[in-house]
Amino acid sequence: MDFAFLYDTLLTLLPGVPLTLKLAFSAVALGAVLALGLAMMRLSGLRALDWPARVYVFLFRSTPLLVQIFLIYYGLGQFREVRTSWLWPFLREPYWCAVLALTLNTAAYASEIFRGGLLAVPHGQVEAARAAGMSRGLLFRRIVLPVAIRQALPAYGSELILMIKATALASIITLMEVTGLAAKLIAETYRAIEVFIVAGSIYLVLNFVVTRLVLAAERRLTPHLRPAPVAILNDGGAA
Amino acid sequence: MQLKIIAAMALVGAAIVAGPAAAQQQKVRFATEGAFRPWNWTEADGSLAGFEIDLYKDLCKRAELDCTIQSQAFEGAIPALNAGKYDAIISGMSATPKREEVVLFTIPYGSTGQSFGVSKVGTLKELPDTGQLFPLSTPANEAAAQAEIDKLKPVLKGKVMGVQTASIAASFVDKYLKGVVEVREYKTTEQHDLDLAAGRVDLIMASMAYLTTAASKQGNEDMAITGPRFQGGVLGRGSSIGLRKGDEVLKAKLDKAIMAANADGTIEKLSQKYFGYDVSVK
Repeated sequence: MDFAFLYDTLLTLLPGVPLTLKLAFSAVALGAVLALGLAMMRLSGLRALDWPARVYVFLFRSTPLLVQIFLIYYGLGQFREVRTSWLWPFLREPYWCAVLALTLNTAAYASEIFRGGLLAVPHGQVEAARAAGMSRGLLFRRIVLPVAIRQALPAYGSELILMIKATALASIITLMEVTGLAAKLIAETYRAIEVFIVAGSIYLVLNFVVTRLVLAAERRLTPHLRPAPVAILNDGGAA
Repeated sequence: MQLKIIAAMALVGAAIVAGPAAAQQQKVRFATEGAFRPWNWTEADGSLAGFEIDLYKDLCKRAELDCTIQSQAFEGAIPALNAGKYDAIISGMSATPKREEVVLFTIPYGSTGQSFGVSKVGTLKELPDTGQLFPLSTPANEAAAQAEIDKLKPVLKGKVMGVQTASIAASFVDKYLKGVVEVREYKTTEQHDLDLAAGRVDLIMASMAYLTTAASKQGNEDMAITGPRFQGGVLGRGSSIGLRKGDEVLKAKLDKAIMAANADGTIEKLSQKYFGYDVSVK
């Protein structure tokens, strides 16, 4: 292994990390809002809301993200109507096309995860809250949402990791994030293995941080699954 | 006992393998991009066609080689060659000094210059000195080319230029226009054409041969070829077949075949058919 080259590669690829993170965070944040809306539509019990959400989820989960990015970036840009519309200042930029594609894609997956989480809230708890006189808003905020998030978190954590990795596809629409810089460097040096090892390691570190954050959140949300602190057990009798 | 049987079987096996192999021609696996008109492209049915597809068949016949060809993304072609996936690249690839560090090139079989493409309805409609040729090969004519580039700089200042990743146009822009234009790199040349039509880039740089074909394609009605033409130097000696380092025997065979195809007018005939003018190296 040529460690000097690996180090140079790292220095070349690191400037791509902010863009990778910006793409992932924007898409995850916007996607979560959209996903919550879609999950609510699916659970509304109203056909007029349920079916559009079903079709949306089907379309975006069943086609490759690569194809979606291509269609949004190159596809939409071919129509004069799009190029003269108020949307063009956004769609003209590769960055916003990538954010749009990643957002629409993650929203489809996350909506199903959220729906699963919402369905997993035990009916008895909802009933108990109602019996205690909670309003609908309070019930949702205090009972349904915390339990749903707790149930959905492990699956949603995977989706976050997938999104960090999915940003690599933005490189095909000229964005110079980590993979874009790696592809350029390989084209210049023809040393694919070393460059991809470094690029892969960068994603590994990013996702290590993500998994730790998800674990920490999971721990916070599940106090009932942790063993009670020993000190309290010992003092239990005295108190 | 068992050892004897294995040894006997090995001998028979060796005889079977060695017998016909001696009479067989050397197998050579070619790679081409299949998206670089008129050098090579992919037909609607998936088959490959173009100047280089006809040329490699002719060269293999002359050199008595048993050749196959496969399409391969351009930016991965050299790594795949050196990984042993292919034995030769014939893909409009110019022999640049940087590529020569990792690839063994045959003598060039064709050369066109590099020029610029703009959109007739875009923000940059034309460049000066259209069609004039500026070689970069010797210090004297590079100075003339540099003067021409300095003349272009005010016009190009702040414009967005599309080039193919790892192409010689990318090297040219990196060397002569760094900081003047904003560069966007594309996997294929067809992608920067789409963005030129969409108005995301103000101009593109590619080989004259490519631009001529691209501008006549459906969907590129607004594309115009403009500005001076550059050749040599960082732009390479011309298109050559790329081989693995150390494959001198194959190089000798192909060099001889290229020379013969050049001498009897085959390359000129093929280039008239695909380019409309002569690209053979005199």
